[in-house]
Amino acid sequence: MEEALHPLLKETGIPLGEYQEIVRLLGREPNRLELYLFKVMWSEHCSYKNSRPLLRLLPRDGPAVLQGPGENAGVVDIGEGWAVAFKIESHNHPSAVEPVQGAATGVGGIIRDIMAMGARPIALLNSLRFGKLEDSPEGDRTRYLVRGVVEGIAHYGNAIGVPTVGGEVYFHPDYQDNPLVNAMCVGLLRVDELKKSRASFSRPVYYVGSKTGRDGIGGAAFASEELSEESESKRPSVQVGDPFMGKLTLEVTLGAIRQDLVEGVQDMGAAGLTSSLSEMAHKSGLGLELNLDWVPRRETGMNSLELMLSESQERMVLVPHPGRETRLEALAARWGLDAVPVATMIAEPVFRIVSEGQVVANVPTSALADSPTYVREGQENPATATLRAMNLSQLPVPQNLEEVLLQLLASPNLCSRAPVFERYDHQVGTNTALIPGKGDAAIVRIKGTNRAIAVKVDANPRYSKLAPRLGAQHALAEAARNVSVVGGRPLAYTDGLNCGNPETPHGYFELSETIHGLAEASRALGLPVVSGNVSLYNEGPSYRIPPTPMVGVVGLLENLEHRAELGFQRAGEFIVLIGNKEGGFGASEYLWVAHHLEAGSPPALDLAHEAKTQAAIRELIERGWVKTAHDVAEGGLAVALAEMCLPYRLGATIEIRNPARPDALLFGEAPSRILFTIDQAKLQMAVKVLESFELPHKILGQVGGDKLTILMPKERLEWSLESLHAVWERTLREVLP
Amino acid sequence: MKVAVIQFPGSNCDQDAVWALQLVGLEAELVWHTATSLEGFQGAILPGGFSYGDYLRAGALAKFSPVMQAVRRLAERGNPVVGICNGFQVLTEAGLLPGALLANHTLHFTCKEVFVRVERTNLPFTAGYHQGQVLKIPIAHGEGRYYADAQTLERLEQNHQVVFRYTPNPARSTPASTPRPAARRPGMVWEDGVGESSFNPNGSLHDIAGIVNEQGNVLGMMPHPERAVEGILGSADGLPLFASLKQALEVMA
Repeated sequence: MEEALHPLLKETGIPLGEYQEIVRLLGREPNRLELYLFKVMWSEHCSYKNSRPLLRLLPRDGPAVLQGPGENAGVVDIGEGWAVAFKIESHNHPSAVEPVQGAATGVGGIIRDIMAMGARPIALLNSLRFGKLEDSPEGDRTRYLVRGVVEGIAHYGNAIGVPTVGGEVYFHPDYQDNPLVNAMCVGLLRVDELKKSRASFSRPVYYVGSKTGRDGIGGAAFASEELSEESESKRPSVQVGDPFMGKLTLEVTLGAIRQDLVEGVQDMGAAGLTSSLSEMAHKSGLGLELNLDWVPRRETGMNSLELMLSESQERMVLVPHPGRETRLEALAARWGLDAVPVATMIAEPVFRIVSEGQVVANVPTSALADSPTYVREGQENPATATLRAMNLSQLPVPQNLEEVLLQLLASPNLCSRAPVFERYDHQVGTNTALIPGKGDAAIVRIKGTNRAIAVKVDANPRYSKLAPRLGAQHALAEAARNVSVVGGRPLAYTDGLNCGNPETPHGYFELSETIHGLAEASRALGLPVVSGNVSLYNEGPSYRIPPTPMVGVVGLLENLEHRAELGFQRAGEFIVLIGNKEGGFGASEYLWVAHHLEAGSPPALDLAHEAKTQAAIRELIERGWVKTAHDVAEGGLAVALAEMCLPYRLGATIEIRNPARPDALLFGEAPSRILFTIDQAKLQMAVKVLESFELPHKILGQVGGDKLTILMPKERLEWSLESLHAVWERTLREVLP
Repeated sequence: MKVAVIQFPGSNCDQDAVWALQLVGLEAELVWHTATSLEGFQGAILPGGFSYGDYLRAGALAKFSPVMQAVRRLAERGNPVVGICNGFQVLTEAGLLPGALLANHTLHFTCKEVFVRVERTNLPFTAGYHQGQVLKIPIAHGEGRYYADAQTLERLEQNHQVVFRYTPNPARSTPASTPRPAARRPGMVWEDGVGESSFNPNGSLHDIAGIVNEQGNVLGMMPHPERAVEGILGSADGLPLFASLKQALEVMA
């Protein structure tokens, strides 16, 4: 029997063990189409078979959570009858092969996930990782990818009319062959309009949106394989995005929900018809009979397998309430879209596919939904442990500290992001109260209320590479800190877990450590996860990406008036640091830029202390005393101060009286550190608040002038703002002119 | 008094325009692109967005839409019509305004704050400004480089049809202190050298950001005044435009 099957197993890439499980579940051997249904539904992308047992460790409940993981997106309550739906999703492998369309469809896909919850998308963010940027063939490839990915995000987001309000981009050699493109979307909905992927017995299931073509066939499975030389030949696996169709689909879907025409909504994303319909049937506790003859097609001669695996974009599944079918069809016609009943909900819990009068597949929905899961043995790469243990105390202190700050500001990871975000429409919708570059997190107001949400996505690959568990904790702590620093109270988060091959001991170790770290930080900070995505197999024969947990935190501002931005705004205000002045060198940007080393341990993170720090800055902002605040992150205190000078070109004079190494004071990194400014009249009251939180703090200096001046025991450092701005602005502008 | 906000399937600033109109107390209503009449409306706004996807050329298809015939009749009657961003592109495609909007000289979409100078205030859109006032208003477009032949440009200038012109940030004494490397590309020449300075974001001739027709009742502009109507959005400099429109409509009524 096994001999005869080999060609089909080889063709599908299904391991023999999983094939035997399929035969057991079906009680017979599957036909070719059925086997492919299992292939895509049991892919990591759809089934989380390697990550599901670990993901159970993450806390999912909180007072604001209306919908946790398991639906198209998570939903949290933000008060006054409003809620926000949000999720992050990866589109890494498509973007590596075809950056423009890969990124564009990543954006389109996450927008559909949000609208499937009944929410109008109000904000997009993205988290990007690329390789080397230097002058070399590798650098040329990176520039090609950066330009393509940014163009793709702009192409889709700008046209569909959802503002791209924030994001982050990071360059690291380990992403050279495997860039990461994760897109996050936030949508706004009335609590009572929350929709789910459900349908009741005998209801017709409508297909709405673009016609089905041969694009993107097998994309979910592609996403769950390692990239290789052959990946270039997978170009046909990359979907093509059409933001205009996306906009029409969005308006029809939201119109149908607003007019109460539909009981269930489901995005047709990865694994197309197969995943959307079989999952909806399974969640509904029912079966579904799909008639392929009714599926709108873009091309002739498509066979059943192609129809079932196509990942053509801009398609949705809508289930009308009884008697409202005609109104749904009329609404779609107004926007020029197909709305066709392609399936019916049936009692028998099977996914049945009919083509030309023949049943071509008949599979229990539970069998497709319940893939086997794997718990593997992980082992740390000994080389990582060696790097982490490196003693950095003997590093030479650079001669010219002024020059080091310029180098840091010019470095690809710290330079201005304006060349990227200027290509994205970040204001459409007229709700963006804190645009990119102005604050540590984006703020999007809710019209008709005083409320706003703050949102930020973060992950430090250097931290995670050297210490995956601690790095994941830092990712959540920093994203939440950034939300707190603009005045938002973090409510929940979404996680995009990008890791290597879980079938290798090192890859599995990093995945497992990352999730354990996130779980610990979640509990300590009281933040549940409500949605997420796993992208594994970001690994090839000669590389494995650093574990990259892209954490997107959403917070609430109950009073929009009380918010903070990062730039110095008023000369004469006092500059106060919460936290210790001295930072560490381990895994720091300074170590990489000035000493060309990536080693040591990321700074220790006391999560209880972190929570107090965030609560303190929120209180100062909520009282209306603080309008300028900034997280001290990569590059340390000096970089954070420079960043505060640049938005309004307003300088500062700082005095640091401390016997520690000057480079540790200026550029060392440590968590739980925030700079803020305050008027003299409020200074003593602010200090009292910090004392009540028992937080270390220090008045460092004053805002004013057109220079940044730092006085230290043995040196006086000074930079003109012009010189800081010039180096900071240039690096990415050369990539994206 | 009611203003129509024309809604093409790919419009995406339609709701923002309605919001801005309502902020100044004007009644605003969305009008679908298939409508053949604007009966009952005293003015119209063509909002920003991507009318029919704009894969061909911005506004190239929209000029054929039924509602544009109605917009043309409204304009011919002397009622105010404003095209913002994509709406400006549609108005030039439809021949209601002269010239064309070409791809930005940078060849990519740009979204950022710019500064424009008010060149004319005896219009239903600008009565609330003073001559020479500098406004901070965002742009968000990929095809905003205003182009017209030399005679048309001369006529525009002579007739005082240029309403808004890109201008340096008044807060910075040396506006071009950090020249953008993108400002000059090989093989790219502007007829009179304007557009190279960093304050002109797209290479528009004569730094043109907005124009009116000869009659002065049809305005097209690339910057988004509806995005600058509240301090929370970074600027309220666009608000007087809508307030002026309201006042003009009250006078007309």
